[in-house]
Amino acid sequence: MSVRAALRAYPQFLKTGFASAVAYRAEFLIWMFSTNMPLVMLAIWAAAARSGPVGGYSQRGFAAYYLCALLVRLMTGAWIVWELTMEIRQGVFSLRLLRPIHPLWQWSAENLAAIPMRGIVAFPVVIILLWLARGELSHDWFFWLLLAPALLGAWLLYFLVQAIIGTLALRFESASSLFEAWLGFSNILSGYLVPLDLFPSAVRVLAVALPFRFQLSYPVELMLGRGTRVEMLELLAAQWAYVAFFFVVTRVAWRSGMRHYAAYGG
Amino acid sequence: MIEVSHLKKWYRVHRRQPGLAAALRSLVRRPYEDVKAVEDVSFSIAAGERVGFLGPNGAGKTTTLKVLAGLLFPTEGQVGVAGFRPQDRAHGFLQQITLVMGQKQQLLWDLPPSETFLLNRAIYDIPRAQYDATVAELTELLDLGPLLGKPARQLSLGERMKCELAVALLHRPKVLFLDEPTIGLDVSMQATVRGFVRAYNERFGATVLLTSHYMEDVAALCPRVMVIDKGRLIYDGALPELIRRVRPDKRVILRFSKTVERRDLEALGTVVEHGDAEAIVQVSQDGLQAAVARALASLPLRDLTVEDPPLEEVMRDLFAQGRAA
Repeated sequence: MSVRAALRAYPQFLKTGFASAVAYRAEFLIWMFSTNMPLVMLAIWAAAARSGPVGGYSQRGFAAYYLCALLVRLMTGAWIVWELTMEIRQGVFSLRLLRPIHPLWQWSAENLAAIPMRGIVAFPVVIILLWLARGELSHDWFFWLLLAPALLGAWLLYFLVQAIIGTLALRFESASSLFEAWLGFSNILSGYLVPLDLFPSAVRVLAVALPFRFQLSYPVELMLGRGTRVEMLELLAAQWAYVAFFFVVTRVAWRSGMRHYAAYGG
Repeated sequence: MIEVSHLKKWYRVHRRQPGLAAALRSLVRRPYEDVKAVEDVSFSIAAGERVGFLGPNGAGKTTTLKVLAGLLFPTEGQVGVAGFRPQDRAHGFLQQITLVMGQKQQLLWDLPPSETFLLNRAIYDIPRAQYDATVAELTELLDLGPLLGKPARQLSLGERMKCELAVALLHRPKVLFLDEPTIGLDVSMQATVRGFVRAYNERFGATVLLTSHYMEDVAALCPRVMVIDKGRLIYDGALPELIRRVRPDKRVILRFSKTVERRDLEALGTVVEHGDAEAIVQVSQDGLQAAVARALASLPLRDLTVEDPPLEEVMRDLFAQGRAA
């Protein structure tokens, strides 16, 4: 299936995705309030840091970290695994396969187009709060330049991992429990719940090598200006190497899944 | 246009007994068995033909249709549609086919059908002029005007099916796979859908393969039928010939000017229905002429017509024969 055809259709995919996101008004409210875990963690750590910095983080440091984490999470949302699993079970997935453009293109556009709407209330609040904590943020324009590809890479990692796990449903009919397990690891090892530099050194060594870091912690580190320019560039290269790896795995998993797909649901 | 040679499609299915103990056992040991959904089916369909695919539930109709549409890999055998191997799902193949499933929808649930039209325009890369002309034509043929701006979830089943058909045909496919397209629709909407499918076939020379439980659909649309039972093709030919072969009898419908005794009717053949003003008698093909002559001579008739047995009965008998064999 041609990439050129998909790219030509992509603006319409985005428009349709945006229109669908606007149609689900109740859903965004739920989404907005369900992505508040970093604020809960912020309250806990801010209380712990009242009498003095914890692991190098002052109260303002924690505030900046978790606000950045919230922002990154809001900007890298993907939920294709749920849609893939549900559509396979209901049999409507078959209709997507009949179209001459790979279904992942359309799903990616639907997910991307919904991100601005899902963050419509949270984005301004978080940005104002970050402005107040701007002393904690990076002052190097180069880091902010790297942020765009880093956020795209983070989103692609979320999306591709979900696509791979969702594709397993082509063989096993459901893959959501496997994704729950992945999400559990991801919440801990991506820095979503606790900054990675607060982990014991053995766990930290593991966390910085695994792909989870690149889903959230790395863009947050960029915003906070942790490390040197060279280190951040190396991390960007590592992040995109993971993206390339997961892209290849997605293709293999998809092809293999299609051979086993039983087109259930009538 | 469609070539199928020795097609087999088997599914591997996990079997277990009901109950908690069986559920726990299935965690450790999982017996599987192969279900032979399609067994050695061969046929070919020429461009522009309208073919009805008949069979009881679980006979293998939808499985065959899904293999032809490229959704399922065949276990064995060769399949060709419009010069492509469907399972490769090549861009050129997908541009030429459509599959409408009466029980599944591709309309975006929360958006008006016009949004799905635009989406499909982008997906199939339909040039603007062709898109405008097709939408105008479909809107007129299916009377879609008032429906295009309403969210799909607020459309009635019939309205939704009309929009589904329009969305599925926007790219002017050359091969239409229709799986129960009239399911759940009222009689007049069924007739609308049938008329539309016929008009599309005649206008664009498209090939149509249709499955339906409504025999009216098949009788009205398909000069040729294929009957599949337990995964095997048991008949492929014209519908009247199938009826003659399975049920070589005729139904004589008699309308009376005054009441007639049942025993007077039994002299003609097997009485299927008997009322004060009307009766239906089943008569063998050979005895038809004599029965009609006798009825005209001896009964107080207002009207007499001769019909084939209803298609539903023909099918029921055909599958019953298959099971007994």
